[in-house]
Amino acid sequence: MSFANLLGLWVAATLTIAILSFLYRDNPLYKFAEHVYVGVSAAYFIIYSAKFTMELQLINEFKSNLEAYLQQGSTSGLVEALLLIIPTILGILMLTRWVGPKIGWISRWPIAFTIGLGAGLGITGGIQGVLLPQVQATIEPLWVSPFSGANLWAAVGSLLMILGVVSTLIYFYFSRPHRGFIGVVSRIGIIFIMVSFGAAFGATVMARVSLLIGRLYFLVNEWIGGTIDFIQAL
Amino acid sequence: MVFLVLLFFFQSDYEPLKPLSPVTNLVVEDVENDAGGSIDLSWKPSPDSARVVTYKVLRGLYPDGEFTELVVFKVPTYSFRDATTEDRVEYFYMVQVIDERGVVASSEIVGPRISKPHWFNTGRLAVLVVAMAYALMVILYIEFAKRDTSKMYIRRIAGLDQIDEAVGRATEMGKPILYSLGIGFLTDVATLASLSILKRVARRAAEYETRIVIPNYDPIVMTAAQETVRHAFVQTGRPDLYAEDDVTFVTNDQFGYAAGVDGIMLRERPGTVFLQGSFFAESLILAETAHSVGAITIAGTDQATQLPFFFAACDYTLIGEELFAASAYLDRNPQMLGSLKGEDLAKIIIVVIILLVSIFGTIGEILPKDAATETNVMSEWFVKLKDFLGRY
Repeated sequence: MSFANLLGLWVAATLTIAILSFLYRDNPLYKFAEHVYVGVSAAYFIIYSAKFTMELQLINEFKSNLEAYLQQGSTSGLVEALLLIIPTILGILMLTRWVGPKIGWISRWPIAFTIGLGAGLGITGGIQGVLLPQVQATIEPLWVSPFSGANLWAAVGSLLMILGVVSTLIYFYFSRPHRGFIGVVSRIGIIFIMVSFGAAFGATVMARVSLLIGRLYFLVNEWIGGTIDFIQAL
Repeated sequence: MVFLVLLFFFQSDYEPLKPLSPVTNLVVEDVENDAGGSIDLSWKPSPDSARVVTYKVLRGLYPDGEFTELVVFKVPTYSFRDATTEDRVEYFYMVQVIDERGVVASSEIVGPRISKPHWFNTGRLAVLVVAMAYALMVILYIEFAKRDTSKMYIRRIAGLDQIDEAVGRATEMGKPILYSLGIGFLTDVATLASLSILKRVARRAAEYETRIVIPNYDPIVMTAAQETVRHAFVQTGRPDLYAEDDVTFVTNDQFGYAAGVDGIMLRERPGTVFLQGSFFAESLILAETAHSVGAITIAGTDQATQLPFFFAACDYTLIGEELFAASAYLDRNPQMLGSLKGEDLAKIIIVVIILLVSIFGTIGEILPKDAATETNVMSEWFVKLKDFLGRY
């Protein structure tokens, strides 16, 4: 292992311990690591946006499409190049809020455009990608013939799924008070919701524990082990 | 000599090269319902298909010009999608088959064909119908709501009832409010719903003269949050209290954002923390830190995997749909109320569809079936309806 590698390991290990020190309480070491982390990630985001969004997806794309039109007469190249002007203008309009209050209101246009776009995509995407497939997957016969143990369990599974989906939908029904029959069904719905949350909680906690193990493995094996190896090699 | 030549042919394994028949019925057409850039090819097998070992698809710009090899198949293949076309450029296609001994047979040349983008995807007609029906329900309910909103009942949502109290608590303690919109973007419905809750929180904060701190993950969401808070402060008649520096960008990195917001919580020690929007793995880190500084926490997200953590660590939690219902519940403006009521009607329709089609399937399983097809009228209907829902 080279000295540069060892130095990198020590920086990573020190920052890991500094972040973990938050478990005790807020302290200068944590503050330092936090500011380094936030600063580095914000700087990375700016570089990423400049390089991969503005340069690659906007400037280079515009140039290549325009060249395709000028050199080969490609009309699709011209269309692509002209289309890129729209997001450019919207991006510039977003900056008007820093010019002054007189034209600052123009920055609301790209915001409105983005919100409209999100809502439009959300509705069609939601219907096509989530709603219809989920309704289709929920619909199953409540009885499967001929009678057998496996078919009985399939029928019980279908019944539970339909009961769970219908009662959960009723829980999220806001137009009637949850009393009487609706109250009973919505109570069943919240039980289903809580059971699914419990399962999700357990699964996610296990995933977090594996992340912690990964970090502890880094500290013990790579950091301490690497340092010992380096000293022995001297 | 003749005898020797004949002997050579009879004694050796030599077989003369047999002609090979090309593929037939080559059909080349633009791909329907796509965004352009693709042409579909299909063909019928060569009458000598048993001998064919290689299929080649070739493309050219002129029928009598040079043809370029697009793809080679070593297994029997009868269709291919050319996804490398430039829209509105004329292409000519042919398919070649080759046998083991290298005999080549070329199909007829088909063309010119062009690819082009299509304005409508007719395959998604069901989505359009459902979206139009949903829009119609919402519009009708908005019209009803415009006449009289008092008749529009919405059940109690505990988390939303606590908003005013939570803002008041921070005011009494002389501490600021911290509002996080999560790590979603402005195109996420949860972020939009969160902005409508922010409007209410900011209005109350302005009324009570309480500082509101909003660290952001996305610069565009930050701009929308600044607009929302500024508007709320102006509406309340306190534009002087609005501080743009309190609605700030932190970083676009998930855990960088979590570390930054945690730091702000520890230093500002807010009396109330709102975590409303799209949250992922950072949810518990934020909720635990809010709890550790003694803040009352009201969380809400549509991310089902994160809701358990909010339930465990927060005082009040809005579950998915409750977050979306917030704007109607808080403001009771006709547009929002109409949307919520339309959504409720859609839920009832979905429940009816699920129950009805499942009952069809159940009766279909119970009734006797045709011995040959193993179906009956009800089971056929069940399959048809289920297929219809999954087709698009």
